Amino acid sequence: MKTIRTLLRNCAATAMTAIALTPMAGLASGGAEPPLDRAPINLHDQASLQRGARNFVNYCLNCHNAAYMRYSALTKIGLTEAQIKENLILTDSKFTDAMISSLEPADAKEWFGGVPPDLTLVARVRGSDWVYTFLRSFYRSDESPTGWANPLFPGVAMPHVLHDLQGTQAMVKAGERPGHGGKPEAVMKLAVERPGTMTQAEYDRFVGDLVNYLTYMGEPARGERTQLGVLVLLFLTVFFFIAYFLKHEYWKDVK
Amino acid sequence: MAVQKPAIDPPIGGPLGKLIVWTDQRFPLMALYKSQVSEYYAPKNFNLWYYFGSLAMVVLVLQIVTGIFLTMNYKPDAKLAFGSVEYIMRDVSWGWLIRYMHSTGASMFFIVVYLHMMRGLMYGSYRKPRELLWIFGCMIYLCLMAEAFFGYLLPWGQMSYWGAQVIINLFAAIPLIGPDLAIWVRGDFNIGDATLNRFFAFHVIAIPLVLLGLVAAHLMALHEVGSNNPDGIEINKHLDPKTGTPLDGIPFHPYYTVKDIMGVVVFLMVFTAIVFFAPEMGGYFLEGPNFVPANPLQTPAHIAPVWYFTPFYAMLRAVPSELASFLPATQFYGVAVMGGAVMILFVLPWLDRGKVKSVRYRGPIFRWFLTAFVISFVILGYLGVVPTTVWGQMPKMWPFDGMDVATLVARVLTIIYFAFFLLMPWYTAKDKELPEPERVNY
Repeated sequence: MKTIRTLLRNCAATAMTAIALTPMAGLASGGAEPPLDRAPINLHDQASLQRGARNFVNYCLNCHNAAYMRYSALTKIGLTEAQIKENLILTDSKFTDAMISSLEPADAKEWFGGVPPDLTLVARVRGSDWVYTFLRSFYRSDESPTGWANPLFPGVAMPHVLHDLQGTQAMVKAGERPGHGGKPEAVMKLAVERPGTMTQAEYDRFVGDLVNYLTYMGEPARGERTQLGVLVLLFLTVFFFIAYFLKHEYWKDVK
Repeated sequence: MAVQKPAIDPPIGGPLGKLIVWTDQRFPLMALYKSQVSEYYAPKNFNLWYYFGSLAMVVLVLQIVTGIFLTMNYKPDAKLAFGSVEYIMRDVSWGWLIRYMHSTGASMFFIVVYLHMMRGLMYGSYRKPRELLWIFGCMIYLCLMAEAFFGYLLPWGQMSYWGAQVIINLFAAIPLIGPDLAIWVRGDFNIGDATLNRFFAFHVIAIPLVLLGLVAAHLMALHEVGSNNPDGIEINKHLDPKTGTPLDGIPFHPYYTVKDIMGVVVFLMVFTAIVFFAPEMGGYFLEGPNFVPANPLQTPAHIAPVWYFTPFYAMLRAVPSELASFLPATQFYGVAVMGGAVMILFVLPWLDRGKVKSVRYRGPIFRWFLTAFVISFVILGYLGVVPTTVWGQMPKMWPFDGMDVATLVARVLTIIYFAFFLLMPWYTAKDKELPEPERVNY
């Protein structure tokens, strides 16, 4: 009998230990990643989505595809067919075609060492905040072949395409903090070296619009989905009361 | 006609009634309706746990219907599959809704079925005379796992590809036949177009056919032996002397049909809240890396199966490939433990030697074991999602030698999982049980 009690106590103790340890998981897993800034996402702001689409076509689509997104789908963010054909289709693509870059994959391999990834779903894969922070975190680095590095993406192959707008940043030492084993550890931060054509706020808004558009492009049905969801839940709430009273009416005679 | 059937009582009038009478003379329509629905007597004391059976049925229908519509636009071709899913999400009318219902339905199926099985464990629904009912249920669970595994490859994303790669490589760990078996399952040396095509065939026709047959068998067995209830006593012991029906039973229709409709509405509120507001469910129902097309040349940083497989995946990882110096080092030990964890469910009815069925009248040892079992299963599920380094390392000394804390915890929990079953013949016979009531508590 004593062994049973010990066994039970051990089981309970293990379970308790495991439960007590669970909250630590969140702390332990997120150590190395730099903190992300919050992207200003508003899928109902059509003006922002339209600016974002323009930014995307002008800067990203030169090298990246959005192979699952059609130009014609841009009518859903308030653009007309004429506007899209005139301002956004810069290649010889048709209105109903997918957004394909004019960069040939073979050329991309030769010039950049690889084909740039498709961006249709990038906001779903990485998260909007990641993309927003990523596009604002490039800095000059002599160690990388392109001359650009990014703390969010070690060994990034893409140069800082938007540096004309943002200017150039450098990674500088901002202070020290006690590190592992008491040794002081440098705290690094990004600082503007040479300003670009935009102020910091203008550039943040430019990237914000772009990421808003990328988020929209990742799941064009998202706005429709949440709007419909409210109606469906309202209907189910009403239906629940009907079902509830129906059940009680029938079950009156169950004694 | 050799034998004239007696007239339907009470008689049904009108044109529809005539059609029913006409059909009933050629097909056992009323007999089936009565035996399965209107005169199937179920205990009146069902509680919350008894909703999950009918909910599993609802999800099954949802999966089949949404699956049919997905099949109309999906392309089972390694070059086209990923794009066809995005086509469904963007260009097919209501395609996004159908796809999210199907992907959410997969996870909800497991939630509902796990709760349904939990009910069986608590109230002893697997005990005599319901052993076969339980076994049909276990087979349904196996089919469900196969269905989920095959279906998960179809979107042809990175997690689809590498998840399937990991699972099929487990087969390769089986001694002697393993490597050939893995090639036979894949139809190629790597997961490729041939694998996708056959998984599609299994997912949309082979497994669903078996599943439907098993569900029919599960229901027929249930209606043969009658439903168990939270008190774990048989309602057939006390019959109404006039009608011959159980005193504590009520006809399934209309009483439980109207009650289950209420449960279905609550379930749909949860279901639609996920579909419309959080279809990815924080990456647990739809994993982020699966929005990247499958790439055989690029292994993702962290491969984890979908949450419903993770308790078993955690057990697999917990078992060392080197058990003892005189045994060959192989991953097969882990595979065997993982397989055993599922298969042991089948023999459960013969492991339990308690006199009472319901946890309400069980003794303290059973309650402790059941609690420890459930906690173990949940924590193993969590550990299967995260890397083994999640809780840091043990001290660098004997006997731990700096092993991962999570691996050690997973080992202990795996032992508890199996102890629940393997020690059951002993602790259920020894437990101090409470007397069962004569009639159900209502």
